[in-house]
This record gives sequence, structure tokens and C-alpha cells, in this order.
Amino acid sequence: MGLRITKTTIAALLITTGLVLGGCQSLQHEPDNRLYMQLGERSGIADVVEDLLYLIVADERINHQFKGMNVAQFHRNLTDQLCELSGGPCTYTGREMRELHADMGITATQFNALAENLILAMEKNRIPTAAQNKLIKRLLPMYPDIRHL
Amino acid sequence: MTRLVAQPVKKLWAGTLVTLGLLASPVVMADVGSRIWATGGVTTIEGSAGGGLVPWAMLGSYASDEEWGGTLALSRAEVDDYSLAVTGAGLNWNNRIEVTVARQTLDLDSLVFTLKNGFGLEQDELNQDIFGVKVRLVGDVLYSPWGQWSAGLQHKRQRDFTVPNAIGARDDSGTDVYFSGSKVFFAAVFGRNLLVNGTLRGTRANQGGLLGFGGDLNNGYEVMAEAGVGVFINRQWLVGAEYRQKPDNLSFAREDDWWDMFIAWVPDRRLAVTAAFVNLGDIATLEDQQGIYLSLQGSF
Repeated sequence: MGLRITKTTIAALLITTGLVLGGCQSLQHEPDNRLYMQLGERSGIADVVEDLLYLIVADERINHQFKGMNVAQFHRNLTDQLCELSGGPCTYTGREMRELHADMGITATQFNALAENLILAMEKNRIPTAAQNKLIKRLLPMYPDIRHL
Repeated sequence: MTRLVAQPVKKLWAGTLVTLGLLASPVVMADVGSRIWATGGVTTIEGSAGGGLVPWAMLGSYASDEEWGGTLALSRAEVDDYSLAVTGAGLNWNNRIEVTVARQTLDLDSLVFTLKNGFGLEQDELNQDIFGVKVRLVGDVLYSPWGQWSAGLQHKRQRDFTVPNAIGARDDSGTDVYFSGSKVFFAAVFGRNLLVNGTLRGTRANQGGLLGFGGDLNNGYEVMAEAGVGVFINRQWLVGAEYRQKPDNLSFAREDDWWDMFIAWVPDRRLAVTAAFVNLGDIATLEDQQGIYLSLQGSF
């Protein structure tokens, strides 16, 4: 019996360690602009967004969702949004995310396709893995708004 | 004897050819699903998506909510006195339901002599079929703050019950029930993404079912805790460890918990290669079984 408890404890410890490791990191706020710098400041972010746009246009899973959009405006808004989110000196002036995606009925497949394209665009611009992960982490709270969940 | 040895090798080759055929087919290549790389896990030794030894809450293949997906896998564990070969296949509908089949073949190697001298049994391998189903109940492993939660069944049928029967197992088939939670924490360890899995399994299986189900020490379901932790070095490399608690139903031999340390390489959605160090503890009187595990998975 004692042995059983020990084994369960080990399993619980493994899970807890993971959760604590994850939790500790999420408590570390970065009020500074380190991520913004790692992304190559506003021009670096603008390059990523430009490559993202090329990937979106070529992606049959999602390009229909972007039909008729103002490309220049989309590029400016998303660049500002990522710039602000990463701690840079920008202000997103576009529409609120939930309202913006309200009638689009974005599926998990489409959301995954966009996430994939963003990662590929960051890779193409040689954004370090850690910076990619940090940016995605800051984008995560938008998931329910974009999917309208 | 020769036939028995040759059979798994033949199966392995046939499976490899099928896998390679699928990997090479451009028609199939276009259909690989939309979920993010490596979020289908790999194929466990029981066929369900997960790590090597533990099923995770993620469903196999890369099918997202409007897609079908499938996997084929060949795995092999070589520990001190045994080798286990697994052929597995799975289908995923809309990232909601995963259906899997797996055939396990355990070569008894050294145990052949124990069985012959102790029990007068001539048996050099044990085969088991596993039919699995897993349902994603709620959440997404990447995007949901509380992760992804799934429940599954593994129905196992021992095809060579003579040996398990002789050492005290009660049944030649059994069904494991499990509940699993998985979550990726972004930028959690030195900027790397951390994957955490916890699984609770209700089971009567001895050594996963290869030694039958139930026994003289215990014949009922017991709840076992299983866990896995991994760190994505980047989107192609995952390193981690797993732990699987096991019941101890047979007085014939003590059964130990399993653990492994793994590294998985996922160059793209079509291929995953997993290597691991596994420790399976004592198995059927042969002590401290350690060795290596290799697994090749194709997704389509």
C-alpha cells in the first residue's frame, strides 16, 4: 500500500512540476520591450506580416476569408497590433477582435492554418524560437474572440 | 520455430512498405491535416495517440475540425530479455474521435526456457490485439487555458492465452478505460513550449494485457496514474519523460511501474520518429528490464 502511494506521488509530482514550471513563467510579466526588440522592432514585425499575407493568399483553407479586404490597412493594423503586444511603441487602431470576427465563423481548421502561416512567416524572418513562442503566448487570449467561442 | 521468428519480420517489412508508400504518395501528401506540427503526439505501444507508453489527450494525425486524418506506425522495444514489436493504425474524424488498432508481438527470448522447464510450455511469443477509441471531450491542447481533455477505451484481446493462464491470469481479454488531460504551455521553460499530460486508467491488465487480465492477488479494476512531460526544443524536436503506474495482480511474479525518457523528431506532418530509453522493471520473473524503444509513424 505504501509503495502504491509513493508511485502515485511520483506521477502527481511529474504533473505538478510541469504545471508549476508553466505557471511560474506566466507570472513573470515583461513590461519591457525585449520581445519587441527580438522581433526586429516595427520593421521586423512588418516583414513578418508581409510574408504572412503572401502565405494567406496562397492558402486555400483561409484565403476566401480575406477576400475583398484592404491589404494595406490589414498590414498596418496587424503590424501595429503585434508591435503593441510585444511591448513596442505602437497603438492598434483597428476594430475590436470579437466584433471583427463575429460574422466570419472561423473554424479550428482555419485558426490552425493562420497559426501555421504566422509560424512559417516568423521562421522565414529568422525570429528565434523563444521569441516566436512568447509572441504566440501573448496572442492566445484572442483565441476565444477570433473563434467566437 | 523458423516460421514464428520470420513472421514478425515479414509483417514489419510489409508495414514499412505501406508506410513508405503513403509517405511517397503526392495525392495523400496534400491531405495531411491542419493541426500544428507535433500536436498529434505519436503512436503509443497500445495504438492510441500519446507518447510511447502513455496515452495523451491529443488525438492522432493532424485532422482539425473539418478534416479526416490517419496514422500508421511501427514500433519496437528491445529490453534485456524481451522484444516487443507493435504495428498500429489510427483514424481521426474532425479531431473529435480517434479509432485505433494495434497488434503487439512480444518475443519471449529468455523466458522460453523458464516456461519450458517450469511449466512444460512451448511458447516463444505472445500476441495481443488492441482496439481503441478516444473522444476529445473539451478544449484544445494549444489554445485552451485549461488544456484538452479526452476519454478513451482500449479493448485488448490476448491471442496466446496458454502462458498467461498458466501463471494465474483470469481472462484472455479486457478493456482499459482512461481519462486524459494535456496542455502546452507556451514559452514556459527558457522560452520553450512545455507539454504536460496526466492520465488516469482503470485496468485489470497484467503487463498491459500481454500476460492476460486479472489474477490471484487482485481480479478487479484498479485506477492507475500515468504522466508525461515534454519540452519542445523547437517545433521539430520534443524531449521528455513518461511514467506509467501498473497493477500487480499475479503472485507468480511482481509487476513494476514503467517509465521512459524520449526524444521525438517531427520533420513535418507526414513523419515522426521517436527514440526512447525504457525501463519496464521486472517482467514475469526476469528482473530490471531496460532497453531502447524506436518508433516510426506516418500521418496522412
